Amino acid sequence: MDLHLKIWRQKDNQSAGKLVAYELQGLNPHMSFLEMLDTLNEKLIVNGEEPVEFDHDCREGICGQCGVMINGIAHGPLKHTTTCQLHLRSFKDNDTIVIEPFRSSAFPVKKDLKVDRSAFDRIISLGGFVSINTGQAPDATVIPITHELAEEAFDSAACIGCGACVATCKNGSAALFTSAKITHMALLPQGKEERSQRVLNMVRQMDAESFGHCSNTEACEVECPQGISVLNIARMNFEYNRALIFKKK
Amino acid sequence: MTLNSKIPAGPLEEKWTRYKKTAKLVNPANRKKLDVIVVGTGLAGSSIAASLGEMGYRVKSFCFQDSPRRAHSVAAQGGVNAAKNYKNDGDSVYRMFVDTLKGGDFRAREANVYRMAECSLNLIDQAVAQGVPFGREYGGYLNNRSFGGVQVSRTFYARGQTGQQLLLGAYQALMRQVGKKTVQLFSRHEMLDVVVIDGKARGIIVRDLDTGVIERHAAHAVILATGGYGKIYYLSTLAMGCNGSAIWRAHKKGALMASPSWIQVHPTSLPQSGDYQSKLTLMSESLRNDGRIWVPLKLDEKREPNDIPEEDRDYYLERRYPAFGNLAPRDISSRAAKERIDAGFGIGPLKNAVYLDFAKAIKEQGKDKIAEKYGNLFDMYHKITGYDAYSEPMMISPSAHFSMGGLWVDYELMTTLPGLFALGEANFADHGANRLGANSLLQASVDGYFIAPYTIANYLSNEIHTGEIATDHIEFEKAELAVKRQIEELLQIKGNKTVDHFHKILGKLLYDYCGLARNEEGLKYAIAEIRKLKQEFYDNVMVSGQPDSLNTELEKAGRVADYFEIGELMCYDALTRKESCGAHFREEYQTADGEALRNDADFQFISAWAWKGDGEEPELIKEPLTFEEIQPTVRSYK
Repeated sequence: MDLHLKIWRQKDNQSAGKLVAYELQGLNPHMSFLEMLDTLNEKLIVNGEEPVEFDHDCREGICGQCGVMINGIAHGPLKHTTTCQLHLRSFKDNDTIVIEPFRSSAFPVKKDLKVDRSAFDRIISLGGFVSINTGQAPDATVIPITHELAEEAFDSAACIGCGACVATCKNGSAALFTSAKITHMALLPQGKEERSQRVLNMVRQMDAESFGHCSNTEACEVECPQGISVLNIARMNFEYNRALIFKKK
Repeated sequence: MTLNSKIPAGPLEEKWTRYKKTAKLVNPANRKKLDVIVVGTGLAGSSIAASLGEMGYRVKSFCFQDSPRRAHSVAAQGGVNAAKNYKNDGDSVYRMFVDTLKGGDFRAREANVYRMAECSLNLIDQAVAQGVPFGREYGGYLNNRSFGGVQVSRTFYARGQTGQQLLLGAYQALMRQVGKKTVQLFSRHEMLDVVVIDGKARGIIVRDLDTGVIERHAAHAVILATGGYGKIYYLSTLAMGCNGSAIWRAHKKGALMASPSWIQVHPTSLPQSGDYQSKLTLMSESLRNDGRIWVPLKLDEKREPNDIPEEDRDYYLERRYPAFGNLAPRDISSRAAKERIDAGFGIGPLKNAVYLDFAKAIKEQGKDKIAEKYGNLFDMYHKITGYDAYSEPMMISPSAHFSMGGLWVDYELMTTLPGLFALGEANFADHGANRLGANSLLQASVDGYFIAPYTIANYLSNEIHTGEIATDHIEFEKAELAVKRQIEELLQIKGNKTVDHFHKILGKLLYDYCGLARNEEGLKYAIAEIRKLKQEFYDNVMVSGQPDSLNTELEKAGRVADYFEIGELMCYDALTRKESCGAHFREEYQTADGEALRNDADFQFISAWAWKGDGEEPELIKEPLTFEEIQPTVRSYK
């Protein structure tokens, strides 16, 4: 199949970027989307041009490093699918595909399609954990956790930290990412003890980065490759209010 | 040079306890004066960096990914082993030790293997305390599944994303220390050399991958937790960025490499579909709990799999290994698949795959139950191939997966370069010639959480008077210059072939001659071809872009340059080991029915290799293996 690409090219964070058109012919529809970019880059390199920089690593949908806007949709047209798991069979011969980075003021562009998502790490560093040191753990069966609760916590813990939620949100909010971790931890008995401090600290850091506020459009859930539910955001708000009400002066 | 593995004296089950009792400590006031560098943030790297940070050392943590959470431990699917015996099916630390030693074809140290099994108990406790949502039974207790090469259920899991959940536990522990400022995090930094001063590892040279700036970092100990080098085959189950450069550059600075040719080929990955292919996605071994593997009985079978009746199917694992059936260990399952594919019974458009069939399990247990166990894997299969594995069998094939080989380490996980430690897949230590499923998450975790915190303190106790290590030392100067020169050299070639072009040729060469089966003629041919290819690379590679900016092609070029040398050493290693054991199958050494023929009289040792310079033959140093607890037997799964 043949594709017409329009790809965002930007030299570095200081430079202006623009969409550049590329043509690819004779592609195999079983090729993955990133293999299509590999193919383009091979051509560019041999022609003495600079290849397109894009983020990726595991290419099996779990590391969360890949992610671009494809025709304006984070990770492209397939639901619950990362960019690396998308294949050309989801497109038609002669389609035009516009490829842009995950844009948000909290995710500055580094080069071409690569953005800086380190704000997520900083949010986790201020509370996205259980405060337990190595070697102190009691036997794993001391506290039974029902099957349903473990599964519910897993649903929140499944977030891969790709940033599609932020890129999709018209406000650039990190509410889905932050709330998924808060929910995972608040549900489990191991994480309950420090739930108040956690939600206050993580939300404060989220606000300190350049993320916008959540206005409940629920677009993030639609584009989330892991199907993380917006109910996590409701729980974050509940946890936050609860923590404020019971906060000691 | 003789190798001292430093195995503590005493009965097997008391060795680790004795070591911990007598290991030297560093008092909290002195820990604040000691710097430790950790390279890699997978399970081993994150857990040791977090543990050392908690203890009060000054830690610097490096990873090439954009966040520590991306490290490839994240992709492990099926589970983590622990001898908890919650199933009351006869499991114990001792049984796990025997299974692992046997699974590795008696090519690992008894003491190391026993310690890993012993520490497995704590790991589950640690992970649960961190909030890892393991699968639970309805009563609230932890659930288990079974993995290849064992007859008990000792595998703990979090759906098909166990690696992700364990890694997030370790990553969160690491980020907690970053928040407390005991650990400094350097994402998007790649280690390019180890700095050795007066015979000790004293720091590293790194490249900031976003700016291209070359930096010097000094420390009293350097820990490499940089994973395996299976990506050398180009097509593998590994992440695109996985590489062997950190351990290889340490090797060239004096750390010996052990058993580099022992690379596990995983039996259940998705088959290659074309030349453009960049990786082969793994389908978890846990699928073999309920899936049955088969190929058509007739050559040139044209029917769709569901139209082929039972009597025309060959369930070759059940046929050849009735005791373990579809759960035969990985090396055996992969070779059995290769045997059928080579004999012309392979299926799929390229005839390079076998079927993994769930029809019987779905009939017996219901579709919902299978979906609950493996839903995400079936979804992944559908996304990649476009096929529905609930209604027709999966197509799977073997693919390069895990490096049992790696830097040689002693019982303290220290390499032959004092002050340089290797943890997790980067070392060779615990799996022998074949790793059992769900033991890799385990090894990485116990190395980082429970073993290295003791052994590194034992080493650092002698460093409390050393004082700050200056990065203006001449050795830092020299190492930085060498790194900069290599970068310039690669960028100046300006040929007309891409880095990936060379990587793909090297990968195919190694897969054909130093993969699932090897022989003398093929290995000698491969060594000669790799040398030619390396020369062509330095004559004709095109590395685009600039040294002082973000440049992925430059990163890849440095890694592939190292792969030529690693590949050559793999072939030497395979050539000199004139026996078959585990993943190493020499065609000249097999039984009449095609099973591996081990030679304990001549090859009961670990091969450790010393770098002798560019173009020189490496030197082989042997560490004999002694078995006090169990005597090596023929490894049978029949």
